[in-house]
Amino acid sequence: MTPNEISYSHILPEVVLSVFGMLIMLAEPMLGERASRKPLGYLAFFGTLAAGAATLYQAQYPGFAFWHMVHVDAFSTFFHLLVIGVAAVVILSSLDYVEEETVHAGEYYGLVLLGAVGMCLMSSAVELVLIFVALEISSIATYVLTGIRRKNAAGAESALKYFLLGSFATAFFLFGVAMMYGATGSTDIPNIALTLAKGSIPGLVYVGMALMFVGLGFKIASAPFHVWTPDVYEGAPAPIVGFMSTAPKAAVFAVMLRIILQTGAPGWLYLIWGSAALSMTLGNLGALLQTNVKRMLAYSSIAQAGYILVAFTAAPQEATSAVMFYMLCYAAMNVGAFAVITFYSGKDERRVHLEDFAGLGATNPLLALTLTIFLLSLIGIPLTGGFLAKFYVFQVALKANMVWLTIIGVLNSAVAAYYYLRLVVAMYMKPAPEGAVRVAAPLPMKIALLAAAALTLYLGIVPTGVLSYTTEAAAQLLTAPAVKVVTGQ
Amino acid sequence: MELVLFWVFAAICIGGAINLLAQKHPINSALSLVVVMASLAVEYLLLGAEFVAAVQVIIYAGAIMVLFIFVIMLLNAGEEPHGGKTSLVAKLVGLPALGILAVMLVWALTAQAGGSVAVAGAEPGPPQVIARLLFNDFLLPFEVTSVLVLIAIMGAVVLAAPLQPHHAAKILAAQAGEGGQS
Repeated sequence: MTPNEISYSHILPEVVLSVFGMLIMLAEPMLGERASRKPLGYLAFFGTLAAGAATLYQAQYPGFAFWHMVHVDAFSTFFHLLVIGVAAVVILSSLDYVEEETVHAGEYYGLVLLGAVGMCLMSSAVELVLIFVALEISSIATYVLTGIRRKNAAGAESALKYFLLGSFATAFFLFGVAMMYGATGSTDIPNIALTLAKGSIPGLVYVGMALMFVGLGFKIASAPFHVWTPDVYEGAPAPIVGFMSTAPKAAVFAVMLRIILQTGAPGWLYLIWGSAALSMTLGNLGALLQTNVKRMLAYSSIAQAGYILVAFTAAPQEATSAVMFYMLCYAAMNVGAFAVITFYSGKDERRVHLEDFAGLGATNPLLALTLTIFLLSLIGIPLTGGFLAKFYVFQVALKANMVWLTIIGVLNSAVAAYYYLRLVVAMYMKPAPEGAVRVAAPLPMKIALLAAAALTLYLGIVPTGVLSYTTEAAAQLLTAPAVKVVTGQ
Repeated sequence: MELVLFWVFAAICIGGAINLLAQKHPINSALSLVVVMASLAVEYLLLGAEFVAAVQVIIYAGAIMVLFIFVIMLLNAGEEPHGGKTSLVAKLVGLPALGILAVMLVWALTAQAGGSVAVAGAEPGPPQVIARLLFNDFLLPFEVTSVLVLIAIMGAVVLAAPLQPHHAAKILAAQAGEGGQS
């Protein structure tokens, strides 16, 4: 198979997700006006399963396709499965939520799947124009999902805020791409790497890299581009927060790994150092002050982005492997935590404050237990995925002599324990208030919660399988790929 | 001659962009945007990209601007209250950041002078070249844009379409239920 041809097997998961997204849109008008919208949810869930299968099938045909636009390798397969898995868990945990909260069920599931198309493409794209289009797909889908609760003022506010700031950030990314093109004459990442490796680096490259970092930094909510996060997470529907705090971030981290590590990334080290230290510190300090659990987890996700950025300062192969492992753990625990909140918060998300969680251990043991696992993992307690992920990140950073950054990171983890444990204490040590609700989780929600919890524990106890896979993927990512020849002339 | 024209239209373009931000009435801003778009088209023409210049005029200066102005007129948008307090953060962080960016750009471009990189396959040219690039090298981004447009349409439906009667009833029922519970 030559790289210069159309090959549907190289974009099969994206095709499958798009087809299911459109099927859902077609199916919705067929349902009666007052009929339950759950069948659409099951169709969407089936779509994610099919896309997962397509990814595994696709993994047998590695290499370039579409004129060096996409590259299928173990790296892209990993992020495809991650994004698709997150989408599946989010869809399962949304089934009841969507019935109660929105009148746009078809668009809801459709946007989750089509947004996942963009995120999947970002992880296999090796060309900046395609990365930009994919980034826009994923961003616009999340802007709309943020505001999908039409009658909710906070939702509308957060959607508008997210949209305006997000478009601004994407403009920065695009401007950076233009600078890179001006400096190297190509938007193809392997080509850029080749030009940069050949000789002196033009100043324009530094400007382009910095601008691209601004755009991508916004999407992963790293400081100082994090200001939007708490407001948007507070106003967005809880399952969607679980989605947008993990899947698009994973995709953007995949893009950053490709751009930074493949091109050798002149000048990014300082940017990343500063942004990582700031994100960890501001995120954790901000979280200490919150009483709204969604806002607290928003600040926590800023801090977690900081920990992941720490890994970027290490040697390329170890950095890739550490980022992939951390991202998988983070996705499992964060999606799980937001699934619990989705379910417990109830109609119109009224129970999202710290005091609402008092006595949860007595009234809803399953929810409390799974939430505790996710929170312990977010702190980084041994036997959970979060512990090994943090350990691995700090270890590779230390190896690269990033002593101060590691110290900042470890101190921050200690601070973080306070606010996560505060929630655990509220659940188990405080009496349930008068009229506490006892809610029985429906089966799909239970499956989603248990799957996320099981993955969190699995990664903490037997990580070797995943770790050897990420190491292999990192090696594949960093072996110099073939360079494209433009055929247009 | 071409260089002189380039700088003249670059100045007009930047002037238009600044005027766009400074104007209080949306129509004035929209008309400044026309100036920006048209002078950009001239710049493309001077760089030898006739096709892009024509597309710029037809789509941006033509179609999109007409839409802008229609929307402004339909909404009957009046003068925007400007001024008031500028945020302290904007003054303390934003302006220095703008300065740093400007210095970086100037430094980068002057350091570049004389030794500009020859761009492979980027020779601006006739529509045939663009077509060949668009339907070979850039086929995938071109096709994937359709997903982007689909999502934008869905977004418009979700956020802006009027609610159907049975939807409104559902929301009212939900609110009534909530009132009864609390």
